[in-house]
Amino acid sequence: MRPLTLRRLFLQCSILLLILFVVVVIAVKFGAVPVSLYALGRDLWHVLLGQRADLSSDYVLIIKNIRLPRILLGIIVGASLSVAGTSFQALLRNPLADPYVLGVSMGASLGSILALIVEPYLSVSPALAALLTPLGAFLGAGATIAAVYFLGRREGQIDSATLLLGGVIISSFLSAIIMFLMNTLSGNLRGLSFWLMGDLSTPLQKNAYWFLGIGFLLAAGAIYTTAADLNLLLSGEKEAMHLGVDVPRVRLVVYIAASLLTGLAVSVSGAIGYVGLIVPHAIRFIFGSDHRTLLPTAALGGAIALVFADTLARTIVAPTEVSVGAVTAVVGAPLFIYLLRRKLS
Amino acid sequence: MSAGSAHARHLAEANRLANEIRLSVEQVSYAYSANPAQAPLFTLEATSFQARPGEIVAILGPNASGKSTLLHLISGALAPLSGRVLLNGFVTQSLTPRTRAQRIAVVQQESALLFPARAWEFVLQGRHSHRPSLRFESEDDILIAKNALAQVGAADLSDRWMNQISGGEKQRVILARALAQQPLLLLLDEPTLHLDIAAQIGLLDALRRLAAENRYTVVVVTHELNLAAEYADQVVLMQRGRCLRVGPPANIYQRELLEQVFQTPLSVELGSSGRPRVTVLSGT
Repeated sequence: MRPLTLRRLFLQCSILLLILFVVVVIAVKFGAVPVSLYALGRDLWHVLLGQRADLSSDYVLIIKNIRLPRILLGIIVGASLSVAGTSFQALLRNPLADPYVLGVSMGASLGSILALIVEPYLSVSPALAALLTPLGAFLGAGATIAAVYFLGRREGQIDSATLLLGGVIISSFLSAIIMFLMNTLSGNLRGLSFWLMGDLSTPLQKNAYWFLGIGFLLAAGAIYTTAADLNLLLSGEKEAMHLGVDVPRVRLVVYIAASLLTGLAVSVSGAIGYVGLIVPHAIRFIFGSDHRTLLPTAALGGAIALVFADTLARTIVAPTEVSVGAVTAVVGAPLFIYLLRRKLS
Repeated sequence: MSAGSAHARHLAEANRLANEIRLSVEQVSYAYSANPAQAPLFTLEATSFQARPGEIVAILGPNASGKSTLLHLISGALAPLSGRVLLNGFVTQSLTPRTRAQRIAVVQQESALLFPARAWEFVLQGRHSHRPSLRFESEDDILIAKNALAQVGAADLSDRWMNQISGGEKQRVILARALAQQPLLLLLDEPTLHLDIAAQIGLLDALRRLAAENRYTVVVVTHELNLAAEYADQVVLMQRGRCLRVGPPANIYQRELLEQVFQTPLSVELGSSGRPRVTVLSGT
């Protein structure tokens, strides 16, 4: 018997934090304009000493204003999608569940677009208007997961194949509506590919990072309070109930929080797929499937994966770049098929 | 007061506790309908019985007689249409899931896992209701889980993967998880369904020993006439949603009654253990 201890949890998180640090350094270094590690270290040293005046001005623009904000965005979005995917997999008892596969990301995209469309007609202050997009994304995500859940239920049990089919159908239906809206409406809405594929290239205002970070911590924290319950839910709702899980409460908390995470991520980065599928599986393979470690390690793993994928997206065909959603889909879709085949056999 | 009289009072108290009713099913009924406007598809008529600590009750009947429904009503998972189920004086249905899991353990027919887990992880799940939700397993939890595995003779399975052990071994680990809950009441739904005869007898022997040692009240749903006769202290005989009779096997096992309930010719005789034995007469 080797039950989980706090020490082991910290050890696993430390390893992943170290990897995240290395990936962040790589992400800062590589890009259309390469930056030397020596210059990076020197600048970091100056910042630590409080000698900001000594920073080499060439790099300030690229690193502080362009690359670091984008990396920070990648960390939050990657962690959000990965935690949302982990939660959906436990709640729906389906190892193939992921915000993108289930159509939840498309729902959030549509919600964001609708919020952007109605925004000019509402006379609200600019600060409040900035909240409309994430709110629309959250509502879109919540409505979609509710629809998928009811489509996937048969005689009180969630049917795995029906659930996935429901997600695929809803996803294609929603993306058709998005295309329709995008083709009929002109104006300064972001492009079609952003909402269907997702990328991290759009910089945000400074306050938005705080909003995202705090939103992530609250929602992921709420999910973490149910971590032990999610372990039992893997054996089915009835069994979990007999073992002492308040199933309706856990379901509600996780649905709302996971929809919030998906909504937040999609409202700033569009629908990036498969992060919530690949990362939890990889982490489970390495550290096991206890949600008390899986949730924090999957969050860190999601951050690592997305920052890394985004670095690839920026550099493969530099000086132009591809959507990071295309990179994650190229890796994720074959893995999805592999998992599906393994599940069927 | 002399030490002798204190001792006598203590004994009397222990005696009273041992003999008091632990589980009391009082006029419990249930109706299931897919659509509230239509007549119910299935009804369970008012059923009553009582059980003491250490007693094994078998709910016996053919398919679709309402055995599992009665078990779910006792567990508190279903709300009865009328009547109530009391466990040590508390209505089971009104307990919170956590409190209920501390007092009632349920062993289901199938236990499917989504991701692989080792037997010890599975048994530790039984400690969930005894632990604050963000706390890791304590030394006590680990000790209790180890004991539970040992009690069902599965200590050697501890580090095995749940999807790589046999049906009989799996059933024992599932029983160990229920023991780790340290319940007052142990409910089992067709526990011998997928087991060969040796594993069936092994499981039921273990159950009888555990009920005696740990003073569990055990309720088992089964359609196995002879296993119920051999192991149960009380039998609740069910047919098409009606409880026909409650009592010790000797009172229940009458040829006409069982032939009518199970719709097959059979003979009943007294076995070597002093308990009834049923032989199904096929082709006559």
